[in-house]
Amino acid sequence: MDRRAFLKTATLPCLAACAAESAVAKPAGNDAQFTREALFYEKLPYKKIKCKLCPRECVIDDWERGYCGVRENRGGIYYTLVHSRVCAAHVDPIEKKPFFHFAPGTMAFSIATAGCNVNCKMCQNWEISQSRPEQVENTYLPPRNVAALARQYNCFSIAYTYSEPVVFCEYVLDAAEAGRAAGVKSAVVSGGYIQEEPLKQMCRRVDAIKVDLKAFSEKFYQEVVNGELKPVLNTLVTIRKQGTWSEIVYLVVPTLNDSDQEFRGLARWVKSELGPDVPLHFSQFHPEYLLKNLPLTPVPTLERAKAICDAEGLHYVYIGNVPGHPAESTYCPKCRRVVVERAGFAVRAVHLNRGKCQFCQQAIPGVWDGLLHL
Amino acid sequence: MNDNSTCGIAAWPPAPGPWPPTSRHPQPGAITESEYLKFAGQAGELRMDRKPGTSRRNLLRACLAGALSGRAAVQGKSKVVISRDPLLSPPAPGPRPPAPDSNRLLKVLDRAMQSVYDCDSPVEAWKRIARPGEVVGLKVNCLAGRGASTNPILVEAICERLQQAGIPQKNIVIWDRLNSDLERAGFQVASRKDRIRCIGNDASGYETDLAIHGSVGSLISTTLTRTCDAVINLPVLKDHGIVGVTMALKNLFGAIHNPNKYHVNAGDPYVADVNMLAPIRQKVRLTICEAIAPQYEGGPSYMPQWSWPFNGVLVSRDPVALDYTGWQIIEQKRAEKGMPSLRDAKREPAYIARAADAQHRLGTNDPKLIEKVEI
Repeated sequence: MDRRAFLKTATLPCLAACAAESAVAKPAGNDAQFTREALFYEKLPYKKIKCKLCPRECVIDDWERGYCGVRENRGGIYYTLVHSRVCAAHVDPIEKKPFFHFAPGTMAFSIATAGCNVNCKMCQNWEISQSRPEQVENTYLPPRNVAALARQYNCFSIAYTYSEPVVFCEYVLDAAEAGRAAGVKSAVVSGGYIQEEPLKQMCRRVDAIKVDLKAFSEKFYQEVVNGELKPVLNTLVTIRKQGTWSEIVYLVVPTLNDSDQEFRGLARWVKSELGPDVPLHFSQFHPEYLLKNLPLTPVPTLERAKAICDAEGLHYVYIGNVPGHPAESTYCPKCRRVVVERAGFAVRAVHLNRGKCQFCQQAIPGVWDGLLHL
Repeated sequence: MNDNSTCGIAAWPPAPGPWPPTSRHPQPGAITESEYLKFAGQAGELRMDRKPGTSRRNLLRACLAGALSGRAAVQGKSKVVISRDPLLSPPAPGPRPPAPDSNRLLKVLDRAMQSVYDCDSPVEAWKRIARPGEVVGLKVNCLAGRGASTNPILVEAICERLQQAGIPQKNIVIWDRLNSDLERAGFQVASRKDRIRCIGNDASGYETDLAIHGSVGSLISTTLTRTCDAVINLPVLKDHGIVGVTMALKNLFGAIHNPNKYHVNAGDPYVADVNMLAPIRQKVRLTICEAIAPQYEGGPSYMPQWSWPFNGVLVSRDPVALDYTGWQIIEQKRAEKGMPSLRDAKREPAYIARAADAQHRLGTNDPKLIEKVEI
């Protein structure tokens, strides 16, 4: 079963369970319960507005929506249409996001709404990310229910994932706050195409952010992503400065973003701007959506990317989507012993003691509280 | 359905000869205003039954539709007819939308249709659009609500003439993106299959397989793919704050599930690419652009301070020629009012030229190849 089929089949029973178990859950179908005034926008003359959530800064006429398709101008007031409007919910291993230095071995209550502020030609979840909320099945899941369900399913964290949490930013902020009050952490999986102010607010509420860095070239961002590289790099720097835990995923697409030059440029930028300890995951591409003409990324290409980044001095470079590959595990940069052993999404062994290598006492950066749940 | 389908593709310049009517059908009972209001009030179950997938009959039908495609302009020049009546719509006091005289509007429409199809009678012209038995979709433009949307009185006139041309009520479908948009523009959703239907894509649904062309990958409305055999495109002549102008080509954004993705770069090349998607390219046979009170600034929302009484319609079988002609009308008005050109306003509708290029060939934007007829 592929990821999309899994999403389709696994989501609905979970949502049904959520609705059944929630005393305050309401049936989907009434837009009003999902609608909140957006937090980040500017009013313009003649009932127009300018969205200030992402760098795109859509200028939107009355009754029109932004590029993301989930925010609408109604009479000069800008609304998000996806607050508490969940179209996918699962209990996933945190490794699936992937986060490797954030509570390994724990589960994340993972949710998404429709919509995205870019349009990646290789999107694995385009059926929800490239749709409007009314075009997919939804369930009303208010923030406190998210937190309650996360606890109920023994999840260490809430993950905002699958589509693009930037476009449901208000919901992320509210759910993260509810989660924090309930003792549940929050982890965001995002393309990082967001303006600084909403990002800073997000950093204050959530505990970890994984950024999908789609490539290290503006050309790729323009032609394949329909976005820009520079704002995403700014996002990574801002997250670092805010002190929120972050990891980077780079999906290696054959022929489009897999040159040595690009890998080396990326490694040097990460080391100089973020430091050598930021985990960097090179993931295998699967042909999807508008790039079905390309093959799977050859494993040697991923290994080449890792070798280049290792040689440039990055400490934690992983290979993803290749179950069983040795580069799925975490190695101590000092003694080179395995400190977190993984196979696929499963954690087989942890050799950490209060965030330090059990063998040489080297501090391994990350959020390790969740290990208590192992 | 994706764009690799090769049946019935109507390239431009077109295959010769429109479909000649072989028999004169007695005029069926024309729809009256009261009947129209009745059909418009038939709200009920909105989801339509789906037709089966591609069968041999559907394939043949699609091929025939391609051959008949309204994308086909006459050999040589593309005719764009501008039909006007200065008394069509009295000036509306204040910010109210104009209320055109229905009889005058019907005459404006008749003159335009007779000119486009070079016919002696309006009914003969309408018979050129669809065969009896075909389902005709009327793709209106309703996002902006009353005032800047396709006027229901024009749609009423078209329904009347279609019926007189042998298309029964049950084979006429008025459609746009959302039921709520249709209602805000003055239509009422109606789904009874024995009457004229009026339905949004949100109720009818979208295909589940992507249709892809160039920069575009979209799911297409099943109203277009499964219900309609032919489509008459009914946009409004108006300015658009992002893509410059919105008329024939842009109105087909209402056939896809993700139009919000395709406004960047003033819609270029997206608008042209959307119009290359096979169901759109094959089924849209005519454009009737409502220009009763067009808008030269502030669109697509209704901004009465920037509309003026043009009192007419633009009709063409070539959507690119129509868009080019309408664009020039808007530019002329902007110049009269001392406003910058759309190029200077950084929203020149370059997608019109794109639609005419060698990769798209959806029509012509060359003024030398456009026969502009003003009546």
